Amino acid sequence: MTKPATFDVERIRQDFPILTQKIRGKDLVFLDSAASAQKPRVVIDAMVRAMETQYANIHRGLHWMSERTTEAYEEARDAAAALMNASGRSEIVFTHNSTEAINLMAHSYGRGVMKRGQAVVISGMEHHSNIVPWQLLRDSHGIELRVAPVTDAGELDMEAYEALFADGKVGLVAITHMSNVLGSVVPAERVVKIAHANGAKVMFDGSQAIVHRKVDVRALDCDFYAWTGHKLYGPTGIGVLWGRRELLERMPPFMGGGDMISSVTYEQSTWATVPHKFEAGTPAILEGIGLKAAIDYVQAIGFDAMAAHEAALTEHALARLGQIDGVHIVGRAQDRGGVISFTLDKAHSHDVATLLDRQGIAVRAGHHCAEPLMRRFNLDSTARASFGIYTTHAEIDALADGLIRVREFFT
Amino acid sequence: MTPSDNFDDLRDLYQEVILDHGRRPRHAERLTEFDATAKGDNPMCGDRVQVWVKFGSGTVSRVGFEARGCAISVASADLMAETVQHRTKADTRALFESFREMARTGICPACDARLDEAIERLKPLAGVHEYPSRVKCATLPWHALIAALDGAKEASSE
Repeated sequence: MTKPATFDVERIRQDFPILTQKIRGKDLVFLDSAASAQKPRVVIDAMVRAMETQYANIHRGLHWMSERTTEAYEEARDAAAALMNASGRSEIVFTHNSTEAINLMAHSYGRGVMKRGQAVVISGMEHHSNIVPWQLLRDSHGIELRVAPVTDAGELDMEAYEALFADGKVGLVAITHMSNVLGSVVPAERVVKIAHANGAKVMFDGSQAIVHRKVDVRALDCDFYAWTGHKLYGPTGIGVLWGRRELLERMPPFMGGGDMISSVTYEQSTWATVPHKFEAGTPAILEGIGLKAAIDYVQAIGFDAMAAHEAALTEHALARLGQIDGVHIVGRAQDRGGVISFTLDKAHSHDVATLLDRQGIAVRAGHHCAEPLMRRFNLDSTARASFGIYTTHAEIDALADGLIRVREFFT
Repeated sequence: MTPSDNFDDLRDLYQEVILDHGRRPRHAERLTEFDATAKGDNPMCGDRVQVWVKFGSGTVSRVGFEARGCAISVASADLMAETVQHRTKADTRALFESFREMARTGICPACDARLDEAIERLKPLAGVHEYPSRVKCATLPWHALIAALDGAKEASSE
């Protein structure tokens, strides 16, 4: 992949108003996009414009404002479907975030479609949000939870993964597409192929991956794909669960309420068609409109260009950090995105993060909601730098220089 | 980094006494003879501490601890062990209240004058009040100590 001449990071930075902020008198170096990304002007404007000019509740009003707002909200579904190469808007379920999407899966697919005695496979590098919902399912519904281990390099152990299917009990694989700690990208096509060959469905937690590469659910041949808007330069409060229509139709509702019904009597209610069956109550209307603006924005830049920029940044960061004595990078996956976890000898990751913050550099520190993965690598915590489309090589140099100062300070 | 770098921008929270006690704690040991012990756990950041307390006649005669955490939490545990030594249980509790106030707000206007010397010793940690996410790093060892005084096995920071 070559870096297209059209990708101009300085031009892109101008789209993000927050990047001109100073932190303690220093330029903001924001390296925490994997937790939540900053928002471009077009997203901010789309939400403000909706509130100022075109807003009402959706799917129920017979008036102009409601009809126009419904249209804008449903266009967000089309944009999400196009982003993932899904077959259409009926396969896009809006949730509040990835966590809710996964809980929807555990509830509706887990309790509604899976049978007692079946197993769910997750990996050893899941975010807590793709562990705990399955534990709840295990404890309430007699579903076994199996964990595919991670190698020392931070990659999915494919042999061990495949072995988990031997007894034919696995009904669902729920696995991250890209680790929020290690940056590792799993071999998604092989994961699906093995699962399908053994009669299991596959749901990817794409919270990180959706930001870093073109996700094509038809090429992946997966069955469900969950992600969240706020990491893709969109607003908080809106996430997506994509599912194959025939599977979504077999699943019972997640929550009950308005908007998700076809008719209600005291004796019985019937459900709306998919995806509305899963969307009880007034949804995140403005956030949907903001999400569409974010999707349009990244689509216009192009995933190839974004991925090439990030690959160059990641390579530069691995080289710079790798040269610093006492810095240890956790995970060395061959296929990886712009997320790098590291430790520094003699300094705890919280001290590292605070001392970088004093220099205007924002990184995350802690267990990154992935305690089992931390234990796998015998760590309590790491510091994590993560990149976005607005990240520059100079910011990575600032991180490296800042870390050298932290090391000297603690020596 | 330049040779003249004296890290002025990094020192407001990490004063020399914190770096020193974080790096070389004097009381970081599991007491073989003790009367009470309790653990403190901060699930949000993974800090863990255990304190062991030996009582004298109505006083805390000695405190030892083991901590896995940042420089702030280790230094705080160490300065705590130092400042509560030979203090009555009541004064230890009063010192905890004062310290907690200082960690939260940076000041301690209502602090007991009898504790002045100890407060002065703990003052370098007052800088955490500017970092809301770090306040609990400093107070966690104290919560474990108070739990031990109360006869509890576990404490968690607020």
